[in-house]
Amino acid sequence: MIRASRNYLVFIGRCARIAFDGDWRYYAWMGVLTVFCLLGINAYARQFTEGLVVTGMSDEVSWGVYIANFTFLVGVAAAAVMMVIPVYIYNNEELHDLVIFGELLAVAAILMCLAFVTVDLGRPDRFWHLIPGIGQLNFPASMLSWDVIVLNGYLLLNLHICGYLLYCRYQNRKPARWFYIPFVFIAIVWAISIHTVTAFLYVGLGGRPFWNSAIVGPRFLASAFAAGPSLIILALQIIRRVTLYRVHDKALLTLRSIVQVSMLINVFLLANEVFKEFYSGNLHVASSKYLFLGLHGYHALVPWIWTAVVFNLVAMVLLVLPVSRSLKWLNLTCVLCIVGIWIEKGMGLVIPGFIPTPLGEMIEYSPSLNETLICFGIWAFGLLCYTIFLRVSVPILQGSLSKANEA
Amino acid sequence: MSDQPPPAPAKPGEKAGVNRRTFLRSSAVLGTGVAALAAALSPLRHLTDFPSTEQFLQKYYKELKPEEMAKVLTRIEDEVQKQYGKRPTVRDLKPLDGVEFVYALNLTRCIGCRKCVHACVAENNQSRDPEIQYIRVLRLPHGSLDLEKAEHNYAPESVPEKGYFYMPVQCQQCKNPPCVKVCPVHATWQEPDGVTVIDYDWCIGCRYCEAACPYWARRFNFARPSIPKDRLNLNMAYLGNRPRSRGVMEKCHFCQQRTREGRYPACLEVCPVGARKFGNILDPNSEVAFILRTKRVFIQLKEEMGTSPRFFYYFDV
Repeated sequence: MIRASRNYLVFIGRCARIAFDGDWRYYAWMGVLTVFCLLGINAYARQFTEGLVVTGMSDEVSWGVYIANFTFLVGVAAAAVMMVIPVYIYNNEELHDLVIFGELLAVAAILMCLAFVTVDLGRPDRFWHLIPGIGQLNFPASMLSWDVIVLNGYLLLNLHICGYLLYCRYQNRKPARWFYIPFVFIAIVWAISIHTVTAFLYVGLGGRPFWNSAIVGPRFLASAFAAGPSLIILALQIIRRVTLYRVHDKALLTLRSIVQVSMLINVFLLANEVFKEFYSGNLHVASSKYLFLGLHGYHALVPWIWTAVVFNLVAMVLLVLPVSRSLKWLNLTCVLCIVGIWIEKGMGLVIPGFIPTPLGEMIEYSPSLNETLICFGIWAFGLLCYTIFLRVSVPILQGSLSKANEA
Repeated sequence: MSDQPPPAPAKPGEKAGVNRRTFLRSSAVLGTGVAALAAALSPLRHLTDFPSTEQFLQKYYKELKPEEMAKVLTRIEDEVQKQYGKRPTVRDLKPLDGVEFVYALNLTRCIGCRKCVHACVAENNQSRDPEIQYIRVLRLPHGSLDLEKAEHNYAPESVPEKGYFYMPVQCQQCKNPPCVKVCPVHATWQEPDGVTVIDYDWCIGCRYCEAACPYWARRFNFARPSIPKDRLNLNMAYLGNRPRSRGVMEKCHFCQQRTREGRYPACLEVCPVGARKFGNILDPNSEVAFILRTKRVFIQLKEEMGTSPRFFYYFDV
């Protein structure tokens, strides 16, 4: 027992050391991320001191880019499952080792999610009120309590699966199937649940007709399964450029077909939503009108949503055409998917739900500089985590970091 | 894994132990890092309302034993005295037996003068900067209850104006409140007398209730509330009008500090035209019971939401 924990500590120590070791590009990249993290910490210190008044939010638009980013990133985290399913259910060999990279992305995304929720709290010092036992978690009535449980559960599941598989590889021993396969299957269901529960956060609010629509859940999943694998494709492209790790084209093309199908479904569902909102023409269309066309002279979100629509449509066309089999075009397509869906789900879903207010008032929202810096800081923090995860896991998977070569 | 390239051979000299140069280099990096972090955190120097240990460990309202509550009330009185220079009376007023409060508002009478808004701010120690108000008076065009046609910032020379009617909206004290359902920490709940209250010391400030409320009745303290010292209402209730902290929700609680002692809410007392009626619906002789029994038309705002408000709008017909 003591020996096992000593071995594990040596492993952790070596991982930590290698995280600080790399070529100049690695240091430059990590340096830039660290600077953004520090700017974010500085901005958060200001918010912590003065209150959420330093954001662009108000009683009228009481959630902003924090919750928008949170929603998007829950989708990214859930999308890791789209690599797990082909590997463990359809035994797709191309993706086998890449699953770890997908799951590590999920871990980084969940860490970002938790950070985004925390910075959105008015009283982060009272987070312990959410802990069952010492706090008062309102389970199962509040969808937010479900979200707390599923997100933390998903984080633990993925940490376990990745951590166990990597440690086994490090020790050059075969992982015990019973110790991770059941968790892989739980994680598949769990991944769907995290995004469904996040959709239900919005769907469950009868007083907000823009969100109170059954299609939000399916739309969330479709857009997540387009944006998440797009991010993984880009990450893999970077991995194969800057490390010796070999990523096969076939693996990227498998991911491409996932993005392709998801994007088609996503655009289809969006069209459904738009039709229902505008054709029936009842009073509840106000938020959609504000989003797509502008309302009573207010149209801050119109350029955003049309950018998203154009990006999504161009990405969809590129994905259907054979041109996106060329990896350069595929990269472009992935960027369009990610940006398009980020806008559609963030600015395009969270914000218009508040405009007009339930009492019919038109108050617009745009994030403040401080708020934006906090967002950049959290993204930098997430990328920093993901880079470290990759920095450690690539040599383990290649065998250059293993128990055999412990000093 | 067989097709992965073999591990790169270790560079010579890499395994050497800590030498002077690497030690100096890592200390320099570490030092810079600590300094940068300290600089990033520097805005925290201006933090004035960091919670004390007692405030941080404050228990949930429903878990406080009577002797603990007594201590907490004294502590809050001390805190208010320290901040405002005057000692308030903070009480934990319990709901009265056999009472269910109901509000009725006569839309025919209301002239839109907003006196209720200001009386409410004064009574309930609402922040003046930034401004927090529990009541929003809507000006609606003759013949329409479509809230999207409502004007919130009407400012004529005098009210009422021809062609309009006025509808004050505040917390509707729903029988089926969406805000209570969504709160992740039970910080807001419905009391036996029908009033939905907030434990200001338990709210985590996620603002989910604010998103859930179909009446836009909830307010968030985006900044530290500020109340002029001479304007503080010293008659305070724990779940009522005691000063709130930054980062928590608040809303109308039917002037708990008054109504649980048999007095009327401040908005009712100030109304110059008698448009506001308040009382115990379980008492058949109360004014509200009479109104709901005899008026031909009264409405609940957004009845289709299924929230079943205890706030009724009626007309003189």
